[in-house]
Parts: sequence; structure tokens; C-alpha cells
Amino acid sequence: MIKTVYPTGKIVAKTGNEAIAEAMRQIEPDVVAAYPITPATEIMQIFSQFIADGIIGSEYIAVESEHSAMSATIAASAAGARAMTGTSSQGLAFMWEMLYIASGLRLPIVMAEVNRAISAPINIHGDHSDSMGTRDSGWIQLYSENSQEAYDNMIQAIRISEKAKLPVMVTTDGFVISHCMEVVEIYPDKDVKAFIGDYNPDRYLLDIKHPYTLGAIDLQDYYFEHRYQLSKAIEDSKNIILNVSKDFFNSFKRKYDFYEKYMLDDAEIAIVVIGSTAGTVKLVVKELRNKGIKAGLLKIRVYRPFPSKQIAKELASIKAIAIMDKSDSCSGAFAPIYSDIVASLYSNGIVKPKVLNCVYGLGGRDITIKQIINIYEILIKIASGIKYPTNIINYINVRK
Amino acid sequence: MELLKVIEIRWHGRGGQGAKTASLFFAEIMLATGKYIQAFPEYGPERMGAPMKSYNRLSENPITLHTNVINPDYVVVLDPTLIEVVNLTNGLNKTGKIIINTSFDSEYIAKKINFNKKHVYVIDASKIAIKNIGKNIPNTTMLGALIKVMNILDINEALNNIETKLNIKFRTKTHLISGNLDSIKQAFYEVKN
Repeated sequence: MIKTVYPTGKIVAKTGNEAIAEAMRQIEPDVVAAYPITPATEIMQIFSQFIADGIIGSEYIAVESEHSAMSATIAASAAGARAMTGTSSQGLAFMWEMLYIASGLRLPIVMAEVNRAISAPINIHGDHSDSMGTRDSGWIQLYSENSQEAYDNMIQAIRISEKAKLPVMVTTDGFVISHCMEVVEIYPDKDVKAFIGDYNPDRYLLDIKHPYTLGAIDLQDYYFEHRYQLSKAIEDSKNIILNVSKDFFNSFKRKYDFYEKYMLDDAEIAIVVIGSTAGTVKLVVKELRNKGIKAGLLKIRVYRPFPSKQIAKELASIKAIAIMDKSDSCSGAFAPIYSDIVASLYSNGIVKPKVLNCVYGLGGRDITIKQIINIYEILIKIASGIKYPTNIINYINVRK
Repeated sequence: MELLKVIEIRWHGRGGQGAKTASLFFAEIMLATGKYIQAFPEYGPERMGAPMKSYNRLSENPITLHTNVINPDYVVVLDPTLIEVVNLTNGLNKTGKIIINTSFDSEYIAKKINFNKKHVYVIDASKIAIKNIGKNIPNTTMLGALIKVMNILDINEALNNIETKLNIKFRTKTHLISGNLDSIKQAFYEVKN
């Protein structure tokens, strides 16, 4: 039998969506407002069934659009409720202006975001275009490699958001994780509830004894200061995230950090990637290590705030690095993760590694073991001094 | 690849026949025996009657692989009309096995799909499902055939396990439980090469 990491944990088979819904059941927020969308639909389908069956006492608001879903979640959070939502792709895009309001008002909302490509052309499959587009919205972003991480991230997100007074989105790869049944360890309800604790906001609009104004106009005199405070809050949330990870490890024995290093410490070549592809890369790294090739992997979990100094330090002595982006900025230059990492390296005085940008998997195109091996083979060449263009994006498996 | 000591299964069906449910169900049964599992449908919008695929991975070790199944070890076909429509043996390992719901014998089917007869298994799952469940939903029946061909589960232990799961799944349609169990059992004993 498969052993649990947590002594009273329970091994179950769950899809990513089921694991997230399970976390939401255990969290039992006061209010959830959502407008379900593929591939995130099941999260709300399962969660609302828990309410219909009388298992939990959350209030579910079936709204008429994602814009309204985020608006209602913001209102509930401002009123003092623990509020959550979930969406994907066009749904996240439709929430756009409200995302900035959630973070600007410093509301601790947690959102389950199932990564899916953005239209047009219309596509329901997984890539990171949706959440990468919101990377500057003032939301904390936690990415998950698999269902277990999605479940664990959801639980941690509640603590992080309420401590940082910032909204948090927890993402999973559309279909690859959201619809893939895997082995997940679920912790007892009471232990999850004990970990997240009660929500007691410092102030809230329904506290009529202490009235205050929220969302007032803020022109040249103070807008800048408030935006600075938001930026500072994101920066400060780094410590909060690490502290919550530490507590989570103490409670449930699973270790989380800004990122996961896989055979990275002595690596000469490395891939940096986010999400489910990291699992496939791990297999390739193991295989290359068996052949004596010093390959490594850095999987980013916390993309916002971006752990800039830490990542720069981890990559400092690697000869050749491939940054794999599952989204394209259409910037005429590079994709998001690459830009962040290269800026981090350069600003920390690290200029030696050769860094390649690989864009892959748009619209859910499969990324195979063979293609990942090919990327490492290119890195081996670059590391050995063979010239290879690193100032353009390498599009993996695309017809040009 | 040495590290891929993972058994991969591909299910073919038509939307509505329960190929996805069968793969999820099979994963849960295998998890109960201590195996690491994955089950996932072919990613896409599901349309009633349209050809669709679903997959399983099984391993003694945690499965971190998150790619499509390209070279399955087993192929399970829920709908005989797919033989004319889909390349059922695509990527199937030469030593892999294919199990088809059909009233024809394995020799005829092997010719039809151009695959070594030694690895072709047949079962009239639709007939069994109609008899036991009253409907042509052959997914659980094919599950019984797969359990037999894979030869990795004790059928009685599997049936006990499946019954527990069916009791939850069909808690509002309890009349379907025994029919499904009978189908699984019958297919287990009747599937042939």
C-alpha cells in the first residue's frame, strides 16, 4: 500500500479539480461566487454539491458572468467574509478590471485558476497565457505541478492571503492536471481547519461600530503611495509565503518553497519550468544523470512575488539554462519567465550563464520526453562553447 | 526508456459509452492494491457518439510523467464500429495486447486490424451488458475483460472492491449494481484470444 506522509492522512485517487474542490470543502469559506468554465467547471460543480447536500454551510452565489463572480467575491471579502472563487482562461480575462480592484483594496481572496489558452483562435486546452497575463495585477500566484500540490497550495493560500492582505491565485494545468486522476493524500478536516484557523479581519465594512471608506478616489496626492504600498506588500509576502510553508511542513510534513530544485546544486545545464511539465522533465533529468550528464531542474512554484534574488543565486554557476515558457508575450522579444529570470540574473551581477528561451505547449500541445531531451542536448552544446542563438525565442514543435 | 517502468492503457469508445468512467474506475481499483495510478480522458470537448479516448498509467513508483500516452501496452475497444474509423493499434507495442468488444472471433478481428492474432482478445461485451444491465453500456464489462487479460488482479478481490465503489457511485440507482458486477464477472471468464 502507498504510505501517507502525514500519519493520519488518507490516500485517495482524485483529479486536480476534485482535489481543489476537496480543499475548498475543508476550508469551508463563507462565500463562493463563480461562473464555471472549462476546464475548471467541475470545481464548482463538486463544491456546490457539498453545499446542496448540507455537508458545508458556505454561501454559493451563481452569478451571470466572471466579472460578476469577481465583483461578488470582492464585495463578500470587503464585508468581512472569507471569500473564494475559481475560473479559467476567458473567465479570468473577463475578471480583468476586478482583479486589480481585489488587490488594490488589499482583499484576501483565494482563487482556483485552471490554466487554459486564451482565444482567439478558440481553444480549451492548457497553457499559461491566462494567468501570465495577470502577472502584474498584484495577485500572488502559486503554480502546481500536480493534484497534490494544488491541494496543498489551496490550503496554504488561505493563510498567505489573510496574512499578506493580498489575493492569491492557485493554478493547475488545464486538462493535464485538472482532469487527470492521480494519487493524492488528503489530511483530516479538523487538521486542515486548525491549520487555516478562523478568519478575523482587522476591519471590514459590515463592522458598523468602526465604519470606514473603501475604494475612494485617490488622485495625484496619494494614488502613488497606495500603489507603492501594494508593491511593498507583494515584496513582503515573500517572507509570509516562506513562513506558511514552514508551518505547513511542521503540520503536514510536506515541504514547499518558492521553487523546487531537482538535482540542481551541481548541475551544469538546467531547465526552468512551471507546472505539470516539471514532472516530465524530472524523468529526463534522472535519465541524463544515469548517463553522467549533470542536468538539473528548477521548478517555479511562486511566480508572484518573483523570488528574484534566490533564483539568480541558484542559477549563478550553471553554464547553460533553458527557460521554458508555456505562454508567449507577443512582445517581439521574450516570454514572461525568461524576461524575469534574465533580469534577475543581470541585476544580481550574474552574466556568465547562457540563457535560452523555449516557448512550448501553446493551446495544450503535448510536450514529449523526446523534445525535452532535445532541449538538454542543445544546452550541452551551448555549455561546451558551441555557438547557438540565445537572443531569439526557440519555439518547440511548431510549424513555421 | 529505462525509467518508464509504467504500464500504459488506452481506451477507445464513443462519447457516452463510459470509456472515461472505466479508466477512472480502473485507476481507483488499482490504487486500492497499492499501485500508483493516472487516469485521464483524451483532452477535449466530449460529444455523444463521437470517437474518444481515455488513458491509464500504472506503476509501483510515483508517476510524475505528464504527457500523452503514445505507446500503450494495452488497448481496450468499447465500440466495434470504431474498427473502421480509428487506427486502434496506433503506437501499440508489438507485444502489447488489444481487447475488442465484438461478436467476431479474434482471427477475423486480427486480420481486420492487421495485428498479430496472438495479442488480439475478443469479448461480446455489448451482448453481456444488454443481458445484465439492460443497456449497451459495455464499459464495466470491458473492465472485467481487461482484468483477465492483464492478469494482475484477483477477480474476487477486485469484485469486492468494485462493489464498494459501485455502492457509492450508484447510491441513487442501486438496481444497476448487481448487473454491473455480473457483467464484469462474465467478461472475466468469457474473454478469449
